Amino acid sequence: MTQLPATTGKKLGLVVDLDTCVGCQACVTACKGWNDQGYGVPLSDQDPYGSDPSGTFLNRVHAYEVQPEAGPAQIVNFPRSCLHCEAAPCVTVCPTGASYKRVEDGIVLVNEDACIGCGLCAWACPYGARELDAAAGVMKKCTLCVDRIYNENLPEEDREPACVRTCPTGARHFGDFADPDSKVSRLTAERGGFELMPEMGTKPTNRYLPPRRKGPPEAASPLAPLLDIQATGFAGWLDRMLGKI
Amino acid sequence: MTATQPILNVSPAVSDEVRKTTCYMCACRCGINVHLKSGKVSYIEGNRDHPINKGVLCGKGASGIKQITAPSRLSQPLRRVGPRGSGAFKPISWDEALELAVSWMKPLRETAPEKLAFFTGRDQSQSLTGFWAQGFGTPNYAAHGGFCSVNMAAGGIYTMGGAFWEFGAPDWERTKMFVLFGVAEDHDSNPIKIGIGKLKARGAKIVSVNPIRTGYNAVADDWLAVTPGTDGLLILSLIHCLLEAGKVDLEYLAQFTNAAYLVDATEGPTKGLFVKNAESQPFVIDRRTQMPAPWDGKGVEPDVGAVWQGHRTVFQHLAERYLSPDYAPETVAETVGIPAARIRGLAAELARVAFDEAIVLDREWTDFRGNTHKTMPGRPVSFHAMRGISAHSNGFQTARALHLLQILLGAVETPGSWRMKPPYPKPVEAHPTPHFEAVPGKPLSGPHLGYVRSPEQLALKSDGSPARIDKGFSWENPFSAHGLMHMVIPNAAAGDPYRIDTLFLYMANMAWNSSMNTEKVMEMLTAKGEDGEYIIPRIIYSDAYASETVAYADLILPDTTYVERHDCISLLDRPISEPDAAGDAIRWPVVEPDRDVRGFQSVLIDLGARLGLPGFVTPEGKPLYRDYADYIANHQRRPGVGPLMGFRGNGDQVGRGAPNPDQVRRYIENGSFFQAHVPEEAAFYKPWNAAYQDWAVATGFYESPQPYLFSLWSEPMRRFQLAAEGHGHPQPPDHLRARLKVAMDPLPLWYPPYGETAGEAYPVHALTQRPMHMYHSWGSQNAWLRQITGKNYLYVPTKIWREQGFRDGDWARVTSPSGTITVPVAHMAALNENTVWTWNAIGKRRGAWALDKDATEGTKGFLLNHLISELLPEQGDGMRWSNSDPVTGQAAWFDLRVRIERVEPEEIVQPNFPTLPFPGGRT
Amino acid sequence: MHPAPSVILFTVLSGLGFGFLTCLNLGLALPQGIGGFLAFAVGYGLAVGGLIASTFHLGHPERAIRAFTQWRTSWLSREGWAAVLALLGTAPVALGAMGGARPGLLGLVAALLCLATIGCTSMIYAQLKTVPRWNFWTTPALFFGFALTGGVLLSDLPLAGEVLSLALAFLLAFSFVRGDRRFAEAGATLGSATGLGAIGSVRVFEQAHTAGNYLLREMIHVVGRKHSRKLRMIAVVAVALPAPILALLPDGLVAMIPAVLFHLIGAFAARWLFFAEAEHVVGTYYGKR
Repeated sequence: MTQLPATTGKKLGLVVDLDTCVGCQACVTACKGWNDQGYGVPLSDQDPYGSDPSGTFLNRVHAYEVQPEAGPAQIVNFPRSCLHCEAAPCVTVCPTGASYKRVEDGIVLVNEDACIGCGLCAWACPYGARELDAAAGVMKKCTLCVDRIYNENLPEEDREPACVRTCPTGARHFGDFADPDSKVSRLTAERGGFELMPEMGTKPTNRYLPPRRKGPPEAASPLAPLLDIQATGFAGWLDRMLGKI
Repeated sequence: MTATQPILNVSPAVSDEVRKTTCYMCACRCGINVHLKSGKVSYIEGNRDHPINKGVLCGKGASGIKQITAPSRLSQPLRRVGPRGSGAFKPISWDEALELAVSWMKPLRETAPEKLAFFTGRDQSQSLTGFWAQGFGTPNYAAHGGFCSVNMAAGGIYTMGGAFWEFGAPDWERTKMFVLFGVAEDHDSNPIKIGIGKLKARGAKIVSVNPIRTGYNAVADDWLAVTPGTDGLLILSLIHCLLEAGKVDLEYLAQFTNAAYLVDATEGPTKGLFVKNAESQPFVIDRRTQMPAPWDGKGVEPDVGAVWQGHRTVFQHLAERYLSPDYAPETVAETVGIPAARIRGLAAELARVAFDEAIVLDREWTDFRGNTHKTMPGRPVSFHAMRGISAHSNGFQTARALHLLQILLGAVETPGSWRMKPPYPKPVEAHPTPHFEAVPGKPLSGPHLGYVRSPEQLALKSDGSPARIDKGFSWENPFSAHGLMHMVIPNAAAGDPYRIDTLFLYMANMAWNSSMNTEKVMEMLTAKGEDGEYIIPRIIYSDAYASETVAYADLILPDTTYVERHDCISLLDRPISEPDAAGDAIRWPVVEPDRDVRGFQSVLIDLGARLGLPGFVTPEGKPLYRDYADYIANHQRRPGVGPLMGFRGNGDQVGRGAPNPDQVRRYIENGSFFQAHVPEEAAFYKPWNAAYQDWAVATGFYESPQPYLFSLWSEPMRRFQLAAEGHGHPQPPDHLRARLKVAMDPLPLWYPPYGETAGEAYPVHALTQRPMHMYHSWGSQNAWLRQITGKNYLYVPTKIWREQGFRDGDWARVTSPSGTITVPVAHMAALNENTVWTWNAIGKRRGAWALDKDATEGTKGFLLNHLISELLPEQGDGMRWSNSDPVTGQAAWFDLRVRIERVEPEEIVQPNFPTLPFPGGRT
Repeated sequence: MHPAPSVILFTVLSGLGFGFLTCLNLGLALPQGIGGFLAFAVGYGLAVGGLIASTFHLGHPERAIRAFTQWRTSWLSREGWAAVLALLGTAPVALGAMGGARPGLLGLVAALLCLATIGCTSMIYAQLKTVPRWNFWTTPALFFGFALTGGVLLSDLPLAGEVLSLALAFLLAFSFVRGDRRFAEAGATLGSATGLGAIGSVRVFEQAHTAGNYLLREMIHVVGRKHSRKLRMIAVVAVALPAPILALLPDGLVAMIPAVLFHLIGAFAARWLFFAEAEHVVGTYYGKR
């Protein structure tokens, strides 16, 4: 089972728009909330009100500062979760077959009943997408809300991952990358969506849209004064101004 | 090997039941679906049908589930047994608690109602809390707007009868350029995020003017790292550029603003007021006839360039002022910290989008003059600002300047620009004036808070001293429309203007992050007089959680969490309207409390009945309402108008109608909200649109149409300036005259914030903002959120980082004229080079909020509040000068100036205070 | 990477055990009777003890049996098979040895299985692209080096012991120095991790969380540079020391015991560094290595 499927029917994944993400952490806690009561064991917290709290989260939002060669530094908010890689190294290293990539849609999942909690899959993942739950001793990761996206108990419009549904700015998009006409495929094509750490050879499914160019408009010309106010005085300006009505 | 995947149940049951209510993790009021499993809350998500959040939910909202089970929840009424501040309490019953409160308050009502000061940290339910205080008869009531963003509210109302906050919104669907001034993550949080998302999806341009490039500013396409407190000057310079180039919307100004009013040029007590006709109405000169004509006459074409009998129009005064070289980009560049070319560039871009990319909606409408317009032209430029520009001592005038810029561009209430949400537009004239006269045993004659038009409406006693404990509506801050919560404790402790007996607070963390000068406030709360009694003799506090302030109260009335009570989000105070619809909402107990706690509003109604306050008892003296739910459905503020507009009368009346006992149930069935949609022809130009005015009257916002003109020139302000110049009665005290002459200028102006008086020894600006996942949240002790941000750093710009030789892991000593803190630092390049900042209210007092005494919030988290005094440094005149805006009394948090020095890393931040026990002990 | 004691114990002890068993299976040492029993018992004890230690870090050791299922793709699974087969394959050799028989072909097969086990263990680490320091030929070389050197020392083969100890010390020193370049060679930077490198230089502004989490505990272990340099010296010297000891001290237990002890000290120090100095690429997201 830890053999990766040669192909998957769909390639479900996310597009994260770094030009739009304001770093509000909504996706982080919506993910925590859904998955605390959804697929598999809850996402536990240790010492939640103490001096050294820690807990399992499947989605984290970082903030980076980018200094371009010219112009001021920029802040980019950066959500990070499982990228549901095509060549998922976390799957092949698993000794028990608990880690697997679904044939029908490419979602990478952990069968928690078979997980021995060895942590090797987390070691194999470049993206830090897997966190071993300290209470349950099994590996937790983004399920792409597999228990939402097909869930017939949810209204059709809600059949998307919790992080996508909650994102206030609409910076997260869910869809099928195998379909060139899907929203995620089109956004990737139009906005130059990229892979994270391509050098790791993991062939991530998820794509990130880069921040758009920042700074003042390139071809801006300042406003031309109506006339030389110093020469004409205020009255001259007013006459010219009112003549415009 | 054939792949054998586990067979998954991908359609598990989500929950047993979904109950729809309203979020209260912040002031945004989103609709939430609360999922229940076996009677317990299992999951919270946004309600897709809800007008505010349309299904989305922020980081706070989705963490609400941890708020419901937080160990910091108070569980029973408490009475103080140890010294104040020690946190020693004993549990008492609700009957004991309420009787005790009544035994303290009743004698005050009968003898000196002003001895009760009732202030609420949250301005939710303000129509109830204000009504209660009015019934009690104390003038001392307000919510927290005074230390939040009253400059934005008052600046907007006095200029255009509407304000930013959540009371207006950019036309997100049509705007092409959105300019954001200062930190603005505080209000309307999800709607603005949704809006930014819409702009981004369309590739529309976002410009941020902010010393700090985080949050919304991080996604802005262009960033101007303005020097804190100079936004007003920057805006006036933009106005200079636009006027110089003739890029203002003259037709809009002529029709919809007081630009064509004539300003009295006669020396004397009427100078600078509008020239009035025999009916005491201002008038305009009609361009067609060059003769005086009524401002609202049909067919009148007001002439903004007129001169009549030597009196010139507002427009001429305005243009002359801002065309002055004083406002040229080249003059202001150094002060605002932005190169002149960038200022000119921004002005050009504003003009280009507003005028060259103007849009026109093919929608006919009729204005208040009776003129019919075939179309609705629009200027697709929009603005937003909140605390960032508001929390300075020049914030009111800066807010006015920003609104002036909007108006000059024709970018208010036009398609593509910025739109008001019902019940706004609502001009100053449609608001009440303040009521403040305390009469033993009697209610106040009207609401406490309002909009002052002239000096005689100030809340002054006959001897000229302030009538309110916070000195609201006094000469120190005449337009303090939200009161000055930050001055209540300092003034009460100083006995200035008088002493009080009982301080009654709701959800206001005055002993920590909601006060300036936290350490001193703790001292004031525990200070004793020569008689050994506390100077503030009694403090009653209601909160759901063990906040720092609990330890300083004598009586604790424990509140419920937001999923355990009824609430009303009302058009009478702060509704959830959108530009196209009025909206209100409720909360209801989706789960029952598992502790001996009661919703504060129900407790207030109970107290009102026990005290026999008018409006809370029947003529026989029996309680009028069972609880808050009963009040929501049955209270009438005016005949037919109550807290909720939906399902009135027989259930299908909107806005006006008899109370409907079934109303709350109908709201619950409707997802806990109701909307009344603005007719399409009424959707824009609302202040002047006859169809809107008629709809507003029908929906119950006001009793007759209230069309008005925007106040470029503010006559109320000029009246105060005249008083300062020695005209009229009452007269200001002499020491305030000079300040009033500047601050009450009828045209927007900029003056350096008072924080500048700190001098060269404090060269660095220091700011705070809250992280988006905690803004306006009572939940930063939340088990999930505190893992995200459980400590804070002082962010230091590159220039200072290098000058001081800082390295990662360093700490700094930060000193202001009023205090010193020692805190960890971190480097940030995307920051104004003379500004440091930190996340606010992460720092907690050790032991508070049921956190471990060694929690990072207490050891590494810190407040800047210790550096900010509620008073300006002594000026040698014996006066207590409040660190507030001189117009509104808005707390000038962001005026703070500091100096910073590198120190060796420490184990714990300074100052630090004794660890608080959990109030009442653990049960 | 977090230098978990259980995993250090496991890799050092089982490596030594399988190394020793390899020697015994090949007949490089020929203890007989009770001596043979003891020798194989030591080999088994080390190998099995190490394997048991390895289960200490499992979240669900009771499910460990499932780890045998995925030998097609998983080095960890293969290691399990190889270990079991090696231990089973060694049994007849051990029984034979106690009876005085030479290992023969059966021994060769068992030795190969022992070597395979060591190889699989090393590949668990060497396969990980995410840990560039491990993802290099030195990882299997070191695992084989430590196992065989330890085995030879336990087998009381002084000359081989001297040669192998010195070679291992050189290999270890080389792996330290060469390993320092591996992360950069792998090419993972904060720029590539975030894709923002195209805009400019990227640094962490704010951590995603101020609280701890599994990633920070498990994969992001920062060792002080001074501390690690000292430990590296200790490891290399300790690994090399058996050579002079064996050369200078008389043959037999007098030399063997200190030689093995120093070898073990070196092995533990080297293995601690093997984990502690291994930088996982996920650290880039946190601005840490």
